[in-house]
Amino acid sequence: MGVEKVLFYIFAAMMVISATMVITVRNPIRAALFLVLTFFSSAVLWMLLEAEFLAIVLVLVYVGAVMVLFLFVVMMLDINMDRLKEGFIRYLPFGVLIALLMVGMIIYVVGPGNFGLDKIAEPARHAADYNNTKALGMVLYTDYVYPFEIAAVLLLVAIVAAIALTMRRREGTKYQKPEQQISVNRNERVRLVKMSAEQKK
Amino acid sequence: MFDWFFNFINWLVAIYESWPLGVQITFMTLVKIVALMAPLMVCVAYLTFAERKIIGYMQSRLGPNRVGPRGWLQPIADAVKLMFKEIIIPTGSNKYLFLISPILSIAPALAVWAVIPFNDGMVLADINAGLLYVLAVTSLGVYGVIIAGWASNSKYALLGAMRIGAQIVAYEIAMGFALVGVLMAAGSLNLGEIVKGQSGSIFHWYWLPLLPLFLIYFISGVAETNRAPFDVAEGESEIVAGFHVEYSGMAFAVFFLAEYANMILIAALAAIMFLGGWLSPFQGLPEAVFAVPVLGAVLGGGIHWLLIKMSFFLFCFLWFRATFPRYRYDQIMRLGWKVFIPITIIWLLVLGLMILGNVPPWWSAA
Repeated sequence: MGVEKVLFYIFAAMMVISATMVITVRNPIRAALFLVLTFFSSAVLWMLLEAEFLAIVLVLVYVGAVMVLFLFVVMMLDINMDRLKEGFIRYLPFGVLIALLMVGMIIYVVGPGNFGLDKIAEPARHAADYNNTKALGMVLYTDYVYPFEIAAVLLLVAIVAAIALTMRRREGTKYQKPEQQISVNRNERVRLVKMSAEQKK
Repeated sequence: MFDWFFNFINWLVAIYESWPLGVQITFMTLVKIVALMAPLMVCVAYLTFAERKIIGYMQSRLGPNRVGPRGWLQPIADAVKLMFKEIIIPTGSNKYLFLISPILSIAPALAVWAVIPFNDGMVLADINAGLLYVLAVTSLGVYGVIIAGWASNSKYALLGAMRIGAQIVAYEIAMGFALVGVLMAAGSLNLGEIVKGQSGSIFHWYWLPLLPLFLIYFISGVAETNRAPFDVAEGESEIVAGFHVEYSGMAFAVFFLAEYANMILIAALAAIMFLGGWLSPFQGLPEAVFAVPVLGAVLGGGIHWLLIKMSFFLFCFLWFRATFPRYRYDQIMRLGWKVFIPITIIWLLVLGLMILGNVPPWWSAA
Protein backbone atom coordinates (compact mmCIF):
# COMPACT_ATOMS: atom_id res chain seq x y z
CA MET A 1 0.00 0.00 0.00
CA GLY A 2 1.52 3.28 -1.07
CA VAL A 3 1.75 6.43 1.02
CA GLU A 4 -1.07 7.98 -0.98
CA LYS A 5 -3.43 5.14 -0.15
CA VAL A 6 -2.59 5.38 3.54
CA LEU A 7 -3.25 9.12 3.42
CA PHE A 8 -6.51 8.53 1.59
CA TYR A 9 -7.77 6.08 4.19
CA ILE A 10 -6.72 8.29 7.09
CA PHE A 11 -8.44 11.37 5.75
CA ALA A 12 -11.46 9.53 4.39
CA ALA A 13 -12.03 7.98 7.81
CA MET A 14 -11.52 11.37 9.44
CA MET A 15 -14.06 12.90 7.07
CA VAL A 16 -16.71 10.25 7.65
CA ILE A 17 -16.25 10.33 11.43
CA SER A 18 -16.32 14.11 11.67
CA ALA A 19 -19.34 14.32 9.35
CA THR A 20 -21.14 11.91 11.66
CA MET A 21 -20.09 13.95 14.67
CA VAL A 22 -21.56 17.10 13.10
CA ILE A 23 -25.06 15.66 13.48
CA THR A 24 -24.54 13.72 16.71
CA VAL A 25 -22.69 16.05 19.11
CA ARG A 26 -24.91 18.12 21.35
CA ASN A 27 -22.91 21.30 21.53
CA PRO A 28 -23.58 23.45 18.42
CA ILE A 29 -20.08 24.99 18.53
CA ARG A 30 -18.53 21.55 18.47
CA ALA A 31 -20.80 20.60 15.59
CA ALA A 32 -19.58 23.62 13.64
CA LEU A 33 -15.96 22.75 14.41
CA PHE A 34 -16.49 19.17 13.22
CA LEU A 35 -17.94 20.59 10.02
CA VAL A 36 -14.70 22.54 9.61
CA LEU A 37 -12.76 19.29 10.04
CA THR A 38 -14.97 17.64 7.43
CA PHE A 39 -14.23 20.39 4.91
CA PHE A 40 -10.56 20.18 5.70
CA SER A 41 -10.34 16.44 5.17
CA SER A 42 -12.29 16.65 1.94
CA ALA A 43 -9.81 19.31 0.78
CA VAL A 44 -7.02 16.83 1.47
CA LEU A 45 -8.87 14.20 -0.60
CA TRP A 46 -9.13 16.65 -3.50
CA MET A 47 -5.43 17.32 -3.12
CA LEU A 48 -4.81 13.58 -3.51
CA LEU A 49 -6.86 13.74 -6.73
CA GLU A 50 -4.34 16.33 -8.05
CA ALA A 51 -6.95 19.09 -7.86
CA GLU A 52 -4.77 21.32 -5.73
CA PHE A 53 -6.35 24.58 -6.88
CA LEU A 54 -9.84 23.45 -5.89
CA ALA A 55 -8.55 21.99 -2.63
CA ILE A 56 -6.90 25.26 -1.60
CA VAL A 57 -9.94 27.26 -2.66
CA LEU A 58 -12.15 24.96 -0.59
CA VAL A 59 -10.02 25.69 2.46
CA LEU A 60 -9.89 29.40 1.65
CA VAL A 61 -13.61 29.89 1.07
CA TYR A 62 -15.37 27.35 3.27
CA VAL A 63 -12.92 26.90 6.12
CA GLY A 64 -11.42 30.37 6.13
CA ALA A 65 -14.50 32.49 5.56
CA VAL A 66 -17.89 30.75 5.57
CA MET A 67 -17.34 28.63 8.66
CA VAL A 68 -15.84 31.56 10.58
CA LEU A 69 -19.08 33.46 10.08
CA PHE A 70 -21.03 30.30 10.99
CA LEU A 71 -19.13 29.94 14.25
CA PHE A 72 -19.65 33.59 14.92
CA VAL A 73 -23.41 33.31 14.61
CA VAL A 74 -23.58 30.09 16.63
CA MET A 75 -21.52 31.67 19.40
CA MET A 76 -23.77 34.71 19.54
CA LEU A 77 -26.97 32.68 19.71
CA ASP A 78 -28.08 31.47 23.07
CA ILE A 79 -29.33 28.09 21.93
CA ASN A 80 -31.74 26.41 24.29
CA MET A 81 -31.16 22.67 23.91
CA ASP A 82 -34.43 21.65 25.58
CA ARG A 83 -36.47 23.65 23.12
CA LEU A 84 -34.54 22.11 20.24
CA LYS A 85 -35.31 18.58 21.38
CA GLU A 86 -39.03 19.21 21.76
CA GLY A 87 -41.32 17.55 19.24
CA PHE A 88 -38.84 14.84 18.22
CA ILE A 89 -41.56 12.18 17.99
CA ARG A 90 -43.93 14.50 16.19
CA TYR A 91 -41.48 15.29 13.39
CA LEU A 92 -39.97 11.79 13.27
CA PRO A 93 -42.09 10.28 10.43
CA PHE A 94 -41.53 13.31 8.24
CA GLY A 95 -37.82 13.31 9.01
CA VAL A 96 -37.47 9.62 8.20
CA LEU A 97 -39.29 10.12 4.90
CA ILE A 98 -36.99 12.97 3.89
CA ALA A 99 -33.93 11.00 4.95
CA LEU A 100 -35.00 7.96 2.93
CA LEU A 101 -35.67 10.13 -0.11
CA MET A 102 -32.25 11.74 0.18
CA VAL A 103 -30.46 8.42 0.59
CA GLY A 104 -32.33 6.97 -2.40
CA MET A 105 -31.42 9.95 -4.53
CA ILE A 106 -27.76 9.85 -3.53
CA ILE A 107 -27.57 6.11 -4.26
CA TYR A 108 -29.24 6.69 -7.63
CA VAL A 109 -26.74 9.40 -8.58
CA VAL A 110 -23.47 8.21 -7.04
CA GLY A 111 -24.27 4.55 -6.48
CA PRO A 112 -21.78 1.82 -7.31
CA GLY A 113 -23.47 1.18 -10.67
CA ASN A 114 -22.32 4.52 -12.06
CA PHE A 115 -18.70 4.19 -11.08
CA GLY A 116 -15.88 1.83 -11.79
CA LEU A 117 -13.07 1.68 -14.27
CA ASP A 118 -15.36 0.25 -17.00
CA LYS A 119 -17.60 3.35 -16.82
CA ILE A 120 -14.95 6.05 -16.45
CA ALA A 121 -11.42 5.63 -17.70
CA GLU A 122 -8.66 5.91 -15.15
CA PRO A 123 -7.48 9.55 -15.10
CA ALA A 124 -3.96 9.99 -16.40
CA ARG A 125 -1.23 11.06 -14.00
CA HIS A 126 0.18 14.48 -14.71
CA ALA A 127 3.83 15.41 -14.54
CA ALA A 128 5.14 17.43 -11.60
CA ASP A 129 5.20 20.65 -13.62
CA TYR A 130 1.54 20.37 -14.65
CA ASN A 131 -0.21 23.61 -13.76
CA ASN A 132 -3.65 22.80 -12.44
CA THR A 133 -4.56 26.46 -11.90
CA LYS A 134 -3.75 27.38 -15.47
CA ALA A 135 -5.67 24.42 -16.90
CA LEU A 136 -8.74 25.30 -14.85
CA GLY A 137 -8.56 28.95 -15.87
CA MET A 138 -8.24 27.99 -19.52
CA VAL A 139 -11.42 25.94 -19.42
CA LEU A 140 -13.34 28.34 -17.18
CA TYR A 141 -12.75 31.43 -19.29
CA THR A 142 -13.21 29.83 -22.70
CA ASP A 143 -15.60 26.89 -22.88
CA TYR A 144 -17.60 27.71 -19.78
CA VAL A 145 -17.41 31.48 -19.78
CA TYR A 146 -21.20 32.04 -19.93
CA PRO A 147 -22.15 29.62 -17.13
CA PHE A 148 -19.30 31.11 -15.12
CA GLU A 149 -20.54 34.66 -15.62
CA ILE A 150 -24.11 33.65 -14.85
CA ALA A 151 -22.98 32.05 -11.59
CA ALA A 152 -21.14 35.27 -10.72
CA VAL A 153 -24.25 37.36 -11.38
CA LEU A 154 -26.37 34.95 -9.33
CA LEU A 155 -23.98 35.34 -6.40
CA LEU A 156 -24.14 39.09 -6.76
CA VAL A 157 -27.93 39.00 -6.73
CA ALA A 158 -27.82 36.85 -3.59
CA ILE A 159 -25.50 39.32 -1.87
CA VAL A 160 -27.66 42.30 -2.78
CA ALA A 161 -30.81 40.46 -1.71
CA ALA A 162 -29.32 39.39 1.62
CA ILE A 163 -28.25 42.94 2.41
CA ALA A 164 -31.56 44.41 1.24
CA LEU A 165 -33.53 41.98 3.40
CA THR A 166 -31.58 42.59 6.59
CA MET A 167 -30.77 46.26 6.35
CA ARG A 168 -33.14 48.53 8.17
CA ARG A 169 -32.64 52.14 9.00
CA ARG A 170 -33.77 52.92 12.47
CA GLU A 171 -35.02 56.39 13.20
CA GLY A 172 -32.82 58.50 15.37
CA THR A 173 -29.58 56.54 15.22
CA LYS A 174 -26.61 58.81 15.53
CA TYR A 175 -23.46 58.07 13.67
CA GLN A 176 -20.46 60.11 12.81
CA LYS A 177 -19.37 61.09 9.36
CA PRO A 178 -15.58 60.96 9.31
CA GLU A 179 -15.37 63.04 6.14
CA GLN A 180 -17.13 65.89 7.95
CA GLN A 181 -15.04 65.36 11.03
CA ILE A 182 -11.75 65.67 9.22
CA SER A 183 -12.84 68.57 7.01
CA VAL A 184 -13.63 70.73 10.01
CA ASN A 185 -11.52 73.86 10.31
CA ARG A 186 -10.36 75.93 13.15
CA ASN A 187 -12.90 78.70 12.77
CA GLU A 188 -15.82 76.32 13.30
CA ARG A 189 -14.48 75.05 16.58
CA VAL A 190 -12.61 77.84 18.30
CA ARG A 191 -13.40 81.55 18.51
CA LEU A 192 -10.81 83.86 19.97
CA VAL A 193 -12.36 86.84 21.67
CA LYS A 194 -10.35 89.97 22.21
CA MET A 195 -11.23 91.74 25.43
CA SER A 196 -9.52 93.86 27.97
CA ALA A 197 -8.39 92.23 31.15
CA GLU A 198 -10.91 92.26 33.96
CA GLN A 199 -10.20 94.70 36.71
CA LYS A 200 -9.89 93.52 40.25
CA LYS A 201 -12.55 95.06 42.36
CA MET B 1 44.74 15.87 11.47
CA PHE B 2 41.09 16.20 10.65
CA ASP B 3 40.93 12.77 9.09
CA TRP B 4 38.72 11.38 11.81
CA PHE B 5 36.27 14.23 11.11
CA PHE B 6 36.04 13.52 7.38
CA ASN B 7 35.79 9.82 8.10
CA PHE B 8 32.90 10.53 10.41
CA ILE B 9 31.13 12.65 7.74
CA ASN B 10 31.68 9.93 5.15
CA TRP B 11 30.29 7.38 7.56
CA LEU B 12 27.15 9.52 8.05
CA VAL B 13 26.75 9.99 4.29
CA ALA B 14 27.09 6.24 3.77
CA ILE B 15 24.35 5.57 6.32
CA TYR B 16 22.11 8.15 4.64
CA GLU B 17 22.64 6.65 1.20
CA SER B 18 21.81 3.17 2.43
CA TRP B 19 18.25 4.22 3.24
CA PRO B 20 15.42 3.76 0.72
CA LEU B 21 14.60 6.81 -1.40
CA GLY B 22 11.34 7.61 0.37
CA VAL B 23 13.04 7.70 3.75
CA GLN B 24 15.82 9.87 2.34
CA ILE B 25 13.32 12.42 1.03
CA THR B 26 11.40 12.46 4.31
CA PHE B 27 14.61 12.87 6.27
CA MET B 28 15.86 15.74 4.12
CA THR B 29 12.48 17.48 4.35
CA LEU B 30 12.55 17.19 8.13
CA VAL B 31 16.07 18.62 8.20
CA LYS B 32 14.93 21.53 6.04
CA ILE B 33 11.94 22.15 8.29
CA VAL B 34 14.21 22.30 11.33
CA ALA B 35 16.61 24.57 9.46
CA LEU B 36 13.68 26.90 8.76
CA MET B 37 11.92 26.76 12.12
CA ALA B 38 14.91 27.10 14.44
CA PRO B 39 16.04 30.49 13.06
CA LEU B 40 12.41 31.58 12.93
CA MET B 41 11.94 30.89 16.63
CA VAL B 42 15.17 32.76 17.43
CA CYS B 43 13.85 35.66 15.31
CA VAL B 44 10.60 35.65 17.23
CA ALA B 45 12.45 35.71 20.55
CA TYR B 46 14.70 38.56 19.51
CA LEU B 47 11.84 40.44 17.86
CA THR B 48 10.22 40.73 21.29
CA PHE B 49 13.53 42.03 22.61
CA ALA B 50 13.88 44.47 19.71
CA GLU B 51 10.33 45.64 20.29
CA ARG B 52 10.96 46.45 23.93
CA LYS B 53 14.28 48.13 23.16
CA ILE B 54 13.08 50.18 20.18
CA ILE B 55 9.87 51.32 21.78
CA GLY B 56 11.88 52.05 24.91
CA TYR B 57 14.23 54.35 23.04
CA MET B 58 11.31 55.99 21.23
CA GLN B 59 9.81 56.79 24.61
CA SER B 60 13.13 57.91 26.14
CA ARG B 61 13.51 54.78 28.26
CA LEU B 62 16.26 52.20 28.23
CA GLY B 63 14.18 49.06 27.82
CA PRO B 64 15.32 45.72 29.30
CA ASN B 65 19.02 45.92 30.21
CA ARG B 66 19.54 43.66 33.23
CA VAL B 67 19.67 40.06 31.99
CA GLY B 68 22.98 39.35 30.27
CA PRO B 69 25.12 41.96 28.52
CA ARG B 70 22.91 44.97 27.66
CA GLY B 71 19.87 42.80 28.22
CA TRP B 72 20.61 40.39 25.38
CA LEU B 73 19.49 37.34 27.36
CA GLN B 74 16.10 38.82 28.27
CA PRO B 75 14.07 36.74 25.75
CA ILE B 76 15.70 33.55 27.03
CA ALA B 77 14.79 34.49 30.59
CA ASP B 78 11.21 35.25 29.50
CA ALA B 79 10.93 31.89 27.72
CA VAL B 80 12.23 29.99 30.76
CA LYS B 81 9.83 31.85 33.03
CA LEU B 82 6.84 31.06 30.82
CA MET B 83 7.82 27.39 30.55
CA PHE B 84 7.84 26.92 34.30
CA LYS B 85 4.56 28.69 34.97
CA GLU B 86 1.42 26.72 35.60
CA ILE B 87 -1.24 26.51 32.91
CA ILE B 88 -4.47 27.35 34.69
CA ILE B 89 -7.65 26.04 33.12
CA PRO B 90 -10.60 28.14 34.25
CA THR B 91 -13.61 26.39 35.77
CA GLY B 92 -16.52 26.22 33.37
CA SER B 93 -14.23 26.43 30.38
CA ASN B 94 -14.33 23.89 27.61
CA LYS B 95 -11.14 22.04 28.44
CA TYR B 96 -10.31 20.42 25.10
CA LEU B 97 -11.05 23.47 23.03
CA PHE B 98 -9.23 25.64 25.57
CA LEU B 99 -6.05 23.60 25.14
CA ILE B 100 -6.35 23.02 21.40
CA SER B 101 -6.80 26.67 20.41
CA PRO B 102 -3.16 27.76 20.95
CA ILE B 103 -2.16 24.89 18.66
CA LEU B 104 -4.72 25.97 16.05
CA SER B 105 -3.24 29.42 16.29
CA ILE B 106 0.42 28.54 15.81
CA ALA B 107 0.09 25.70 13.29
CA PRO B 108 -1.01 27.92 10.36
CA ALA B 109 1.49 30.62 11.37
CA LEU B 110 4.30 28.09 10.92
CA ALA B 111 2.82 26.12 7.99
CA VAL B 112 2.83 29.16 5.70
CA TRP B 113 6.62 29.34 5.83
CA ALA B 114 6.76 26.23 3.63
CA VAL B 115 6.21 28.28 0.46
CA ILE B 116 8.27 31.38 1.29
CA PRO B 117 11.27 31.62 -1.08
CA PHE B 118 14.40 33.00 0.60
CA ASN B 119 16.57 32.94 -2.47
CA ASP B 120 16.40 31.63 -6.01
CA GLY B 121 15.21 28.04 -5.49
CA MET B 122 15.71 28.22 -1.71
CA VAL B 123 12.19 27.20 -0.74
CA LEU B 124 10.79 24.23 1.12
CA ALA B 125 7.81 23.53 -1.16
CA ASP B 126 7.90 25.21 -4.57
CA ILE B 127 4.21 24.86 -5.39
CA ASN B 128 2.41 26.52 -8.29
CA ALA B 129 -0.44 27.92 -6.23
CA GLY B 130 1.88 29.40 -3.58
CA LEU B 131 0.09 32.70 -3.16
CA LEU B 132 -3.27 30.96 -2.85
CA TYR B 133 -1.80 28.58 -0.27
CA VAL B 134 -0.59 31.57 1.74
CA LEU B 135 -4.06 33.13 1.67
CA ALA B 136 -5.81 29.87 2.60
CA VAL B 137 -3.51 28.93 5.45
CA THR B 138 -3.33 32.39 7.00
CA SER B 139 -7.13 32.51 6.97
CA LEU B 140 -7.11 29.45 9.28
CA GLY B 141 -5.34 31.37 12.03
CA VAL B 142 -8.56 33.06 13.10
CA TYR B 143 -9.94 29.78 14.48
CA GLY B 144 -7.39 29.63 17.28
CA VAL B 145 -8.41 33.06 18.42
CA ILE B 146 -12.17 32.61 18.14
CA ILE B 147 -12.13 29.24 19.88
CA ALA B 148 -9.84 30.58 22.62
CA GLY B 149 -12.29 33.39 23.25
CA TRP B 150 -15.28 31.12 23.39
CA ALA B 151 -13.73 28.24 25.33
CA SER B 152 -12.36 30.49 28.09
CA ASN B 153 -15.85 31.12 29.44
CA SER B 154 -15.00 34.73 30.13
CA LYS B 155 -16.79 37.83 28.91
CA TYR B 156 -13.60 39.72 28.11
CA ALA B 157 -12.22 36.83 26.10
CA LEU B 158 -15.49 36.45 24.19
CA LEU B 159 -15.61 40.19 23.44
CA GLY B 160 -12.04 40.05 22.20
CA ALA B 161 -12.80 37.03 20.02
CA MET B 162 -15.84 38.76 18.50
CA ARG B 163 -13.83 41.86 17.69
CA ILE B 164 -10.95 39.94 16.17
CA GLY B 165 -13.22 37.68 14.12
CA ALA B 166 -14.99 40.59 12.46
CA GLN B 167 -11.73 42.47 11.96
CA ILE B 168 -9.84 39.59 10.39
CA VAL B 169 -12.69 38.72 8.02
CA ALA B 170 -12.98 42.37 6.96
CA TYR B 171 -9.29 42.94 6.31
CA GLU B 172 -8.77 39.59 4.65
CA ILE B 173 -10.87 40.80 1.73
CA ALA B 174 -8.77 43.92 1.18
CA MET B 175 -5.66 41.80 1.56
CA GLY B 176 -6.95 39.24 -0.93
CA PHE B 177 -7.65 41.96 -3.50
CA ALA B 178 -4.15 43.36 -3.01
CA LEU B 179 -2.78 39.89 -3.72
CA VAL B 180 -4.96 39.64 -6.83
CA GLY B 181 -3.14 42.75 -8.04
CA VAL B 182 0.21 41.07 -7.46
CA LEU B 183 -0.76 37.94 -9.33
CA MET B 184 -2.13 39.99 -12.23
CA ALA B 185 1.14 41.88 -12.43
CA ALA B 186 3.32 38.77 -12.20
CA GLY B 187 1.04 36.44 -14.15
CA SER B 188 1.82 33.66 -11.69
CA LEU B 189 0.75 32.36 -8.29
CA ASN B 190 4.22 31.01 -7.55
CA LEU B 191 6.07 33.27 -5.11
CA GLY B 192 9.44 32.58 -6.75
CA GLU B 193 8.03 33.57 -10.14
CA ILE B 194 6.59 36.73 -8.59
CA VAL B 195 10.04 37.75 -7.37
CA LYS B 196 11.63 36.94 -10.71
CA GLY B 197 8.99 39.04 -12.46
CA GLN B 198 10.32 42.08 -10.59
CA SER B 199 13.93 41.81 -11.71
CA GLY B 200 15.45 44.79 -13.43
CA SER B 201 16.04 47.62 -11.03
CA ILE B 202 14.50 49.15 -7.94
CA PHE B 203 11.85 50.73 -10.18
CA HIS B 204 10.87 47.35 -11.60
CA TRP B 205 9.73 46.14 -8.18
CA TYR B 206 5.98 46.11 -7.83
CA TRP B 207 5.84 48.76 -5.10
CA LEU B 208 5.73 51.42 -7.81
CA PRO B 209 3.00 50.19 -10.20
CA LEU B 210 1.02 48.73 -7.28
CA LEU B 211 1.66 51.53 -4.79
CA PRO B 212 -1.93 51.73 -3.42
CA LEU B 213 -2.12 47.95 -3.13
CA PHE B 214 1.28 47.87 -1.42
CA LEU B 215 0.17 50.35 1.24
CA ILE B 216 -3.18 48.61 1.68
CA TYR B 217 -1.50 45.23 1.93
CA PHE B 218 0.85 46.34 4.66
CA ILE B 219 -1.82 48.20 6.65
CA SER B 220 -4.16 45.19 6.34
CA GLY B 221 -1.26 43.02 7.46
CA VAL B 222 -0.93 45.11 10.60
CA ALA B 223 -4.67 44.72 11.16
CA GLU B 224 -4.56 40.95 10.50
CA THR B 225 -1.86 40.42 13.10
CA ASN B 226 -3.75 42.55 15.67
CA ARG B 227 -0.91 44.93 16.15
CA ALA B 228 -1.31 48.53 17.27
CA PRO B 229 -3.08 50.68 16.15
CA PHE B 230 -5.53 47.87 15.27
CA ASP B 231 -5.16 45.93 18.51
CA VAL B 232 -8.76 46.21 19.67
CA ALA B 233 -8.84 42.44 20.13
CA GLU B 234 -6.38 42.75 22.98
CA GLY B 235 -7.14 46.31 23.97
CA GLU B 236 -5.46 46.29 27.40
CA SER B 237 -7.27 49.39 28.57
CA GLU B 238 -10.72 48.14 27.48
CA ILE B 239 -10.97 44.35 27.78
CA VAL B 240 -7.86 43.45 29.83
CA ALA B 241 -6.08 41.23 27.30
CA GLY B 242 -8.89 40.14 25.01
CA PHE B 243 -9.03 36.57 23.79
CA HIS B 244 -6.03 35.28 25.75
CA VAL B 245 -6.92 36.83 29.10
CA GLU B 246 -7.43 33.42 30.72
CA TYR B 247 -4.24 31.87 29.37
CA SER B 248 -1.07 31.50 31.39
CA GLY B 249 2.33 29.89 31.08
CA MET B 250 3.21 28.07 27.87
CA ALA B 251 -0.35 28.23 26.49
CA PHE B 252 -0.08 32.01 26.51
CA ALA B 253 3.45 31.84 25.12
CA VAL B 254 2.22 29.83 22.13
CA PHE B 255 -0.29 32.59 21.24
CA PHE B 256 2.53 35.06 21.62
CA LEU B 257 4.79 33.04 19.32
CA ALA B 258 2.01 32.81 16.74
CA GLU B 259 1.47 36.57 16.77
CA TYR B 260 5.15 37.34 16.25
CA ALA B 261 5.61 34.59 13.66
CA ASN B 262 2.70 36.15 11.77
CA MET B 263 4.31 39.57 11.98
CA ILE B 264 7.53 38.22 10.48
CA LEU B 265 5.47 36.45 7.84
CA ILE B 266 3.66 39.63 6.79
CA ALA B 267 7.02 41.40 6.60
CA ALA B 268 8.43 38.58 4.45
CA LEU B 269 5.41 38.54 2.12
CA ALA B 270 5.43 42.32 1.70
CA ALA B 271 9.15 42.15 0.88
CA ILE B 272 8.65 39.31 -1.59
CA MET B 273 5.62 40.67 -3.39
CA PHE B 274 6.32 44.40 -3.48
CA LEU B 275 10.01 44.98 -2.78
CA GLY B 276 11.53 42.30 -4.96
CA GLY B 277 12.31 39.64 -2.35
CA TRP B 278 15.95 38.57 -2.59
CA LEU B 279 16.68 40.92 -5.51
CA SER B 280 19.30 43.57 -4.94
CA PRO B 281 18.40 47.26 -5.34
CA PHE B 282 21.68 47.67 -7.19
CA GLN B 283 20.58 45.41 -10.02
CA GLY B 284 21.29 47.13 -13.33
CA LEU B 285 24.76 48.38 -12.38
CA PRO B 286 27.51 47.31 -14.83
CA GLU B 287 28.44 43.63 -14.62
CA ALA B 288 32.01 44.48 -13.59
CA VAL B 289 30.80 45.69 -10.19
CA PHE B 290 29.35 42.28 -9.31
CA ALA B 291 32.58 40.54 -10.29
CA VAL B 292 34.50 42.20 -7.42
CA PRO B 293 35.04 39.44 -4.80
CA VAL B 294 33.28 40.58 -1.60
CA LEU B 295 31.55 43.75 -2.77
CA GLY B 296 29.89 41.89 -5.66
CA ALA B 297 28.39 39.29 -3.33
CA VAL B 298 27.07 41.99 -1.01
CA LEU B 299 25.64 44.15 -3.80
CA GLY B 300 24.27 41.18 -5.77
CA GLY B 301 20.94 39.58 -4.97
CA GLY B 302 20.71 37.15 -2.08
CA ILE B 303 19.01 36.22 1.13
CA HIS B 304 20.60 39.17 2.94
CA TRP B 305 18.52 41.63 0.91
CA LEU B 306 15.34 39.79 1.83
CA LEU B 307 16.34 39.93 5.50
CA ILE B 308 17.11 43.65 5.28
CA LYS B 309 13.71 44.34 3.69
CA MET B 310 11.95 42.22 6.30
CA SER B 311 13.75 44.09 9.08
CA PHE B 312 12.53 47.35 7.62
CA PHE B 313 8.90 46.18 7.72
CA LEU B 314 9.29 44.77 11.21
CA PHE B 315 10.70 48.09 12.34
CA CYS B 316 7.57 49.74 10.87
CA PHE B 317 5.40 47.41 12.96
CA LEU B 318 7.17 48.56 16.13
CA TRP B 319 7.23 52.17 14.98
CA PHE B 320 3.44 52.14 14.45
CA ARG B 321 2.93 50.74 17.92
CA ALA B 322 4.97 53.49 19.50
CA THR B 323 3.34 56.21 17.41
CA PHE B 324 -0.38 55.74 16.85
CA PRO B 325 -3.25 55.66 19.35
CA ARG B 326 -5.63 52.72 19.07
CA TYR B 327 -8.33 52.93 16.41
CA ARG B 328 -11.92 52.99 17.52
CA TYR B 329 -13.75 49.79 16.58
CA ASP B 330 -16.30 51.32 14.20
CA GLN B 331 -13.55 53.26 12.44
CA ILE B 332 -11.58 50.06 11.88
CA MET B 333 -14.61 48.58 10.16
CA ARG B 334 -15.15 51.72 8.11
CA LEU B 335 -11.51 51.78 7.00
CA GLY B 336 -11.63 48.13 5.99
CA TRP B 337 -14.92 47.99 4.16
CA LYS B 338 -15.51 51.51 2.89
CA VAL B 339 -12.00 52.75 2.11
CA PHE B 340 -9.67 49.85 1.38
CA ILE B 341 -11.95 47.58 -0.62
CA PRO B 342 -13.11 50.31 -3.08
CA ILE B 343 -9.52 51.52 -3.55
CA THR B 344 -8.28 48.02 -4.31
CA ILE B 345 -11.08 47.36 -6.80
CA ILE B 346 -10.39 50.62 -8.63
CA TRP B 347 -6.67 49.94 -8.72
CA LEU B 348 -7.29 46.46 -10.12
CA LEU B 349 -9.08 48.12 -13.06
CA VAL B 350 -6.23 50.61 -13.51
CA LEU B 351 -3.74 47.76 -13.33
CA GLY B 352 -5.66 45.77 -15.94
CA LEU B 353 -5.54 48.75 -18.29
CA MET B 354 -1.81 49.22 -17.64
CA ILE B 355 -1.12 45.58 -18.45
CA LEU B 356 -3.29 45.76 -21.58
CA GLY B 357 -1.49 48.93 -22.65
CA ASN B 358 1.93 47.31 -22.07
CA VAL B 359 3.06 50.23 -19.93
CA PRO B 360 6.87 50.19 -19.74
CA PRO B 361 9.05 49.32 -17.89
CA TRP B 362 6.92 46.72 -16.07
CA TRP B 363 5.06 45.15 -18.93
CA SER B 364 6.11 44.80 -22.50
CA ALA B 365 4.34 43.44 -25.55
CA ALA B 366 6.73 40.49 -25.74
